[in-house]
Amino acid sequence: MESIFTLSILQSALELGCIYSLVALALFISFSILNIADLSTDGCFTLGCAVGAMVTISGHPFLALFAAMGAGIASGFITAFLQTRMGVPSILAGIIVNTGLYTVNIAVMGFSSNVNLFGCDTIFSLAKDKITAGWYNDWYKFLIVFLIVIVIGIILAWFLNTRLGLSIRATGDNEHMVRASSINPLFTITVGLCIANSLTALSGAILGQYQKSCDINLGTGMVTIALASLIIGETLIGKGSVFRKVIGVILGSCLYRFIVAVALRMNVPAEALKLVSAIIVAIAISFPYLKEKAAFQRQRTVSIRMNKKGGGSAC
Amino acid sequence: MLKIQNISKTFNPGTVNEKRALNQVSLELAAGDFATIVGSNGAGKSTLFNAITGAFYVDEGQIVLDGEDITYQKEHIRSKVIGHLFQDPLKGTAPHMTIEENMALAYLRASTASHAFFSRINAKEKQKFREQLSLLNMGLEDRMKQPVGLLSGGQRQALTLLMATMVTPKILLLDEHTAALDPATAEKVLELTKSIIAERQITCLMVTHNMHQALELGNRTLMMDGGSIVFDVQGEERSKLTIDDLLKQFQICAGKRLDNDRILLSK
Repeated sequence: MESIFTLSILQSALELGCIYSLVALALFISFSILNIADLSTDGCFTLGCAVGAMVTISGHPFLALFAAMGAGIASGFITAFLQTRMGVPSILAGIIVNTGLYTVNIAVMGFSSNVNLFGCDTIFSLAKDKITAGWYNDWYKFLIVFLIVIVIGIILAWFLNTRLGLSIRATGDNEHMVRASSINPLFTITVGLCIANSLTALSGAILGQYQKSCDINLGTGMVTIALASLIIGETLIGKGSVFRKVIGVILGSCLYRFIVAVALRMNVPAEALKLVSAIIVAIAISFPYLKEKAAFQRQRTVSIRMNKKGGGSAC
Repeated sequence: MLKIQNISKTFNPGTVNEKRALNQVSLELAAGDFATIVGSNGAGKSTLFNAITGAFYVDEGQIVLDGEDITYQKEHIRSKVIGHLFQDPLKGTAPHMTIEENMALAYLRASTASHAFFSRINAKEKQKFREQLSLLNMGLEDRMKQPVGLLSGGQRQALTLLMATMVTPKILLLDEHTAALDPATAEKVLELTKSIIAERQITCLMVTHNMHQALELGNRTLMMDGGSIVFDVQGEERSKLTIDDLLKQFQICAGKRLDNDRILLSK
């Protein structure tokens, strides 16, 4: 049996890991920081991909990234508007927007369920022609996505320590404190969701150019996948400064892609991938809880044994 | 400084749970006044505080703070100039953020320029935080990078007090802020409160269940019952008042036997 760890597997895991890590960073903002489960992520990812693909087709691959981010901000704003100004529960707001986005996405793609970008300039094809060195030919895709993710990561870590960033973090951390300290939670939730969704859409746009196609079902299950990456990252890197957490999320995303690649390599059929993701998320989320419970059980067993031994004299 | 005129608030109007929590309350505090408030549970003390901070809007009446009518001002806007400490020490700080970040938030909240969204804390300000923390004598100045969640209740409450007064508020509301702490820590936090208020001449309202504190601290004592201020004493009259007098007064004003153990026991 040939090795399951080949260089090309590592390479594509790193490439996809970096691209999808933007969604994981988006959930880091909405789920970890704001404590809101933003279920519009699936639709928003496809929205970013669709908007990005259409702008790329018209010949502006760079503009496509910003257009996608703009679309993501709009989507995030609507989700936030529903929950902050219209009294819709946050989970429901995400589901509503997600449902609506399906139609929007189809419309963006010219009422077709997929478009392809073959023959169009993409950020990847443009960068490929710049240098002709051998190693560059193998790694240019990774270099591009890595650069984008690092820049976004640094900006995000910087932003989360500004006044507005601190306010957003406090919003999800302590409701009472926020109310007593001149932060308008409606505003911080809106800003947070706009930023998160812009990252989700950016990820979609980059993926579209990476695989040269966009499909209406592209985003299905994206929340679960991103959550898996986020939790793997948090478990790996643990607690620490914001910058450390951001790095953890990116690493977690790469590791998740690696796990998936290995699973595929071990002849897990591609159709089973979503189930594998779901299982990984379920295990990853329940792991800290189960660990604590197991520790308690052990301690209790020991304690009961001790009590039995010394029981007579104690009473 | 603070002028409250005939404010009323009824919760759940028109239902079986209808409760008139504030009933035509009027109160005027001069700048630098430090008033203590006593009253049994449900008397409306916390509701009065929440009306001032804007957790809800009053049904009628007017609240004026430092010449500005804040009756219908949004909560997050007026909280720029109002410091509020709760009984629960966990309520005043963000547990997953570090001591430094919590202080930065408190410091930046009052930097009045509304465009200062992206302002950050610089080294000089960090040094200032350090100095302020060292005044607490709790060793917190060496733990500035640790999450606040690791601190004890007393440490968190002391930090909250520091944060609430970091930028001098126009009024400081203390809602039994030492009641959940052990006696030694409570004493320490109280000492700190006294020194900060005296040093900066902060106008302050403090709810307490300790009759001794109610007479000892500040320059004025208020008693609330059934959503109204039933007794208001200051100056010479107050200095002559004993704890027994205050308890008696409570019974007269309330017109009923005192059934609150906490007040009796804290005599």
